Amino acid sequence: MTSLLLRAATRYLMPVLLLLSVFVLLRGHHEPGGGFIGGLLAAAALAFHALAWGPRATLVLLGVDPRTLIGAGLAVALAAGGLAAWAGGAFLTGHWLHVTVPGLGKVGTPLLFDLGVYLVVVGSSTLILLTLAEEA
Amino acid sequence: MLAGMIAGLVVAAVLAPLVERRLGNAAAWVLGVPPLAFVAVVLTHLPQGTAVTLAEARPWLGELGAELAFAVDGLSAVMALLVAGIGALIVVYAGGYMAGKATRGRFLAYLLAFLAAMLGLVLADNVITLFVFWEATSVVSFLLIGFDHERAESRAAAVRALLITGAGGLALLAGLVLAGLAAGDLGLAGAQAWRFSAWAAVDLRQHPHYPAILALIVAGTATKSAQWPFHFWLPGAMAAPTPVSALLHSATMVKAGVFLLARLSPHLGGTAQWRWLVIGAGVTTMLVGAGMALGQRDLKRILAYTTVSVLGTLTMLLGVGTALAVKSAVVLLVAHAMYKAALFLVAGNIDHATGTRDVTALGGLARALPWTAAAAVLAALSMAGAPPMFGFVGKELLYTSKLDLEALGAKLVVAAVVANIALVAAAGQVAVKPFFFPWRQPPHQPHEAPPAMLLGPLLLGLAGLFVGLVPAVFDQTLGPAMASAILGREQDMTLKLWHGMSLEALTVLALSAVTVSGGVGLFFVLRRRLGVAARLVAQASVIGPTRGFDAFLAALPKLAARVTAVVQTPSLGRSVAVAIAATLSVAAPPLLIGDFPRLRAGMAGAGIHEVVLSLLILAGAVMAVALRSRLAAVVALGLTGIGIALLFALLSAPDLAMTQIMVESLTVILLVLLFAHLPPSPDRSSRGQRLRDALLACAAGLLMATFVLAVLPGQFPATTAQFYADRSLAEAFGRNVVNVILVDFRAFDTLGEITVVALAGLGVWGLLRLRLDDPRGDDR
Repeated sequence: MTSLLLRAATRYLMPVLLLLSVFVLLRGHHEPGGGFIGGLLAAAALAFHALAWGPRATLVLLGVDPRTLIGAGLAVALAAGGLAAWAGGAFLTGHWLHVTVPGLGKVGTPLLFDLGVYLVVVGSSTLILLTLAEEA
Repeated sequence: MLAGMIAGLVVAAVLAPLVERRLGNAAAWVLGVPPLAFVAVVLTHLPQGTAVTLAEARPWLGELGAELAFAVDGLSAVMALLVAGIGALIVVYAGGYMAGKATRGRFLAYLLAFLAAMLGLVLADNVITLFVFWEATSVVSFLLIGFDHERAESRAAAVRALLITGAGGLALLAGLVLAGLAAGDLGLAGAQAWRFSAWAAVDLRQHPHYPAILALIVAGTATKSAQWPFHFWLPGAMAAPTPVSALLHSATMVKAGVFLLARLSPHLGGTAQWRWLVIGAGVTTMLVGAGMALGQRDLKRILAYTTVSVLGTLTMLLGVGTALAVKSAVVLLVAHAMYKAALFLVAGNIDHATGTRDVTALGGLARALPWTAAAAVLAALSMAGAPPMFGFVGKELLYTSKLDLEALGAKLVVAAVVANIALVAAAGQVAVKPFFFPWRQPPHQPHEAPPAMLLGPLLLGLAGLFVGLVPAVFDQTLGPAMASAILGREQDMTLKLWHGMSLEALTVLALSAVTVSGGVGLFFVLRRRLGVAARLVAQASVIGPTRGFDAFLAALPKLAARVTAVVQTPSLGRSVAVAIAATLSVAAPPLLIGDFPRLRAGMAGAGIHEVVLSLLILAGAVMAVALRSRLAAVVALGLTGIGIALLFALLSAPDLAMTQIMVESLTVILLVLLFAHLPPSPDRSSRGQRLRDALLACAAGLLMATFVLAVLPGQFPATTAQFYADRSLAEAFGRNVVNVILVDFRAFDTLGEITVVALAGLGVWGLLRLRLDDPRGDDR
């Protein structure tokens, strides 16, 4: 599939979509959004790119193996839970920084956990999409 | 303190490969030090009588009554000393044994991890703590048996050991949980009910669940300690490198079952059921193991079967349960750990030096391996129970404790003498034949082992001699404390080589003489007729449990393949149909039998936009079924999905709506990608198939609708939603309740879900990759 229109559109849409996915991830705690939706959004952006430029190009753009993203996501989520356990609470108890970050409000382990969700969803969806596309 | 030390050992295990890479041959000497810390700590905190030292408990899965609790009593002190002491020697030995191999770092790491698990097991004072470490030893044992994972034989042995001990572990878990609940029933409150040291306050034998508790726990200990009919995994485990056999499969891990029986004998022992079950298993194992040992050619298999026999003897003694029997179990356990570990290491040295472990191919090695030979003789004398070794003291006590019994005693004495005659002959096979009988040319020119591989066997052999000559080092310190802990009451102990001229003492001495001379005679018979014995044993093992187990293991995948062939046909449509039909058959009856939910008919309260959206969704569904073009059907399905998403948005669930839209978009992309693989024109299914599919689809849809209707009418506690809404901002600092629930309140669920997502991704990747790499993959 080499469509000039699609390729041109991807150039402009990709960065916007990826930024949007991060935005959705970060706003999730207060407004609709979160790691799951953000992850799916990023995966859709990457799928878009893969359709236009081919899965190899997307893999190069991504820079890491999607499987690494999955592993990293699970590790981050586990670490977010483990931090609480380390601090003496039950696994996955939320802990917050005392400073408030402008635009985000309070920042703590739940956000880290959400980042893990985001990474797993991006990794998993992209892995499936790219593997399917590569076979095509 | 103990928990910290165990954690330290785990850290040492993790660092072991790095240390090995940095220090090379010296690494094992350094890594042998951490286990010695346990020896030092336990020796400085030796408990007296039934007392407990170094007790500690920290909360861990609080609601489940599980604590991370450790304590040192007489029993755990002796076990910990054996594990840590022999462990340190074997770590050093392994450094020499694996010298020059790239896998040495990993091997040392596994050994240290095993020591951590085993020490946690023997020092545990909480039911759940014990079980977790118990399972950990099984897992590490699996890794170690299968260490040479490129050999099919190792892999099979590792799987067999894991399955047997794992199944036993499940039985044990059930038994231990029942016991903890029973202790709670009988009046122990909270964490006390799950603490071994607290069980002395109640009598578990009075509880109606006692027979089940006993049977389940004995099943668990029998698999771990290789009791008949579960014994066969142990000789198979000899596929592991020799240091593993010495550490796990003779001195420590296989004693875990015996250890737990001993730990529980004051709480569960003494009843008729206990006696029949435990003595029965023990005697059978003792005789089977001794008999099988005689027909082996491989040094390690000979030792493995004698280990089985001794484990049977220990079990039998704990079943008898008199003070004398327990004391003799204590002495035998310690003596056996020392001599058997030494003999395994000797076998390792022989293998290392000559390239073979076949006893018929070995002879006259004493000149080439003088130090190994010395260690072998010391250990074998202890095994044969010859004076003045520790093993002699143990055997004397064993016979005395049997004579002590009335009716059963005579039979048990005969059985024990028969088994011990076989052990004497086996000791000769392992330690005399290879060194002192006429020279045989082995595959390699033999050479003496390096110091790292001599330290262990020599020290352990000498220890057997030393404790035999100076029994006060044992019978004034560790021995009575261990016996007291097992019996649950204060004991003292006197061990001596010479018991005077009483009738009983002379009888026992005569039995010893019969054992040794009988064993020597048998040894000479075996020298000429080992082939006959091997054939007999091979024929006898046809009726043994090994065959049955292997047949079971072989049949299981075939059964699975048959079921899969029926349930998961290559046709995706039929697979889905089977899944839906199965769900319906399970889920529908309860709904039909129960109160059928009142269908609240009418559209009251529904706005015009909701009606329109619903019609849109319906239209999409109908079109998806009716349209002939695939692409059009996908677009129609997308219509349904977007309609549902809009409905979510209208019903003020923006998170759901957003997710739904994203999923719909990705689904369309996925389907488009998939179309590349499908034949250009869709082949329509037959009329009958379409009718079947339509029926199934309608039934499934009805079921889901009924479910929703059944759940809806106000069965939720109204407080649930309010609970989350109230606390979301106050306690979790988030205004988006849905997200707060996902990442905070119920984050553990989410963790499980993302694990599933991750596995699904990897699964799809694996399936597609397998197909790509293997052109025949299409058929599977």
